[in-house]
Amino acid sequence: MKIAVLSGKGGTGKTTVSASLAMSLPSCQYIDCDVEEPNGAIFLMPELEKPSPVKVLVPEVDMAKCDACGSCAKACQFNAIAVVKDNVLMFPEICHHCGACLIACPNEAIKEVERVIGVVESNKDDSFLHGKLDVGEPISIPIIQQLKRRIKTKGDVILDCSPGASCVVVQSIEDSDYCILVTEPTPFGLHDLKIAVQLVRKMGIPFGIVLNKASDDSRIIHEFCREEGIDLLMEIPFDQDIAEGYSRGILPVQNDRTWQEKFIKLYEKIERGAGK
Amino acid sequence: MKQVVFISGKGGTGKSTLVSSLSILVENKMIADCDVDAPNLHILLKGDVQKKDDFFGAKEAVIDPELCVKCGLCEETCRFDAIEECKVSVMKCEGCGACVLVCPQNAIKLEEVKTGETYVSKTNRGTFSNALLDIGAEGSGKLVTEVRKNVNNYKKKEEWVLIDGSPGIGCSVIASMTGADAVIAVSEPTKSGKSDLERVLGVARYFEIPAFVCINKYNLNLQVTKEIEAFCEQEGFPVIGKIPFDETVVRALREFKTPVEAGNSVVTQEIKNIWSRINDEMKKLESVS
Repeated sequence: MKIAVLSGKGGTGKTTVSASLAMSLPSCQYIDCDVEEPNGAIFLMPELEKPSPVKVLVPEVDMAKCDACGSCAKACQFNAIAVVKDNVLMFPEICHHCGACLIACPNEAIKEVERVIGVVESNKDDSFLHGKLDVGEPISIPIIQQLKRRIKTKGDVILDCSPGASCVVVQSIEDSDYCILVTEPTPFGLHDLKIAVQLVRKMGIPFGIVLNKASDDSRIIHEFCREEGIDLLMEIPFDQDIAEGYSRGILPVQNDRTWQEKFIKLYEKIERGAGK
Repeated sequence: MKQVVFISGKGGTGKSTLVSSLSILVENKMIADCDVDAPNLHILLKGDVQKKDDFFGAKEAVIDPELCVKCGLCEETCRFDAIEECKVSVMKCEGCGACVLVCPQNAIKLEEVKTGETYVSKTNRGTFSNALLDIGAEGSGKLVTEVRKNVNNYKKKEEWVLIDGSPGIGCSVIASMTGADAVIAVSEPTKSGKSDLERVLGVARYFEIPAFVCINKYNLNLQVTKEIEAFCEQEGFPVIGKIPFDETVVRALREFKTPVEAGNSVVTQEIKNIWSRINDEMKKLESVS
């Protein structure tokens, strides 16, 4: 079963929930799809093997063959190529690697070369995987794709996603069997939770909510779940000790059997919710 | 007009709380929310929308079934697996137009797609520009750029624009940073917060934008706060403020109030100090250049 963890708002506890679940299950594959700011390794402390670079194909022009006709620049929908007088300017960071310029060039003057935009790292048995976008690079989707190509066909997979609800989250949660939406009982948490709910509904993935930092104000989330008929799977209370542990990279499941049991129960609810 | 962008790397460290507090304390400014896929600032600013526009930030291939002979060339060419049995998957299509170029029947066209909405609002704290990306849409970076264009279009003689950024280090963050005068990175004393701060400061350095650091809830873990300060010292990023954690701040936010409105004097004073340090640092930068 593939379980994706998302939230809309950042900092609500996606990694807390994903890593806790990963630690509580007897075996599973944990994949950190937040390749802009991956944090899973801080908690799961895997022994990482040598990083493998993530390469994309970007165009390179052979000026001996190029007559600066401008067809490539016209074909590029992402403004990654400009033809100025007799010169072709390439902006490889914003290239979407689509190959349209190659097709458009009448002189076969463009070939594709590899360009590294980040890395994927894993432990020995691939039970932990994360990706890291290189600093200064805007496009992270190819790294998420590379991570997802290494999903194991057997067993459970936990996908820890980025905040927000843009195309990177779509890419991460696509083909999941179930989504966990992590929220907090604040007006911001609720606002962004609604956005995340719209996203998973649009994609037709079964989902439920984990309420983190639960407090006297949890009512706003309870009401929302009731009105919308959404399963509230679990509540993690706001607790100074939990927050302090988190700041040091330690999760409650690591030294508390009862927390492990709670996450196993969460897993069982997900199994039922996903109809597996 | 000087543009100050608030980012964090990690989400939930307190960007919007700081920006909305400053929106009360700073005179003569505009405000922009460049977090377009999970925007929150409008919740605290409560403005009146003056102008709302659809934003067409992407394209999408559309196949004319009348002309299509089902040769499959488009499907073969598409690198995003967006075409299956001569049908385009809207979620997967990046609008690159490679299929348009190979179609022997000229049966494929690129059509503009609405990817979000932009808003310009009047608030009692100044003109506010923000946007909302459509659910799961492409091109959040482009929409961010549009939010900043609106700042330019609607500015009068404001001295500042306070820009609330998004988490991460990718396209949205780069789009909110480029061309800004200063970056304020809002961090928190957790291992994750520190790791994410280091990466986002790297982005500011990469684009050569002066960056300053503010540690929110600093007293939650004094050890990590020390480590962040040591890192900033070593890398040459001035720490311009440390805001203490305070239960009353959290409570006030639940009632849609900033710490300033809730009358939290310790936090308000530190935010005032942060602003005066930003001013000092900006003056230093000007005298250098």
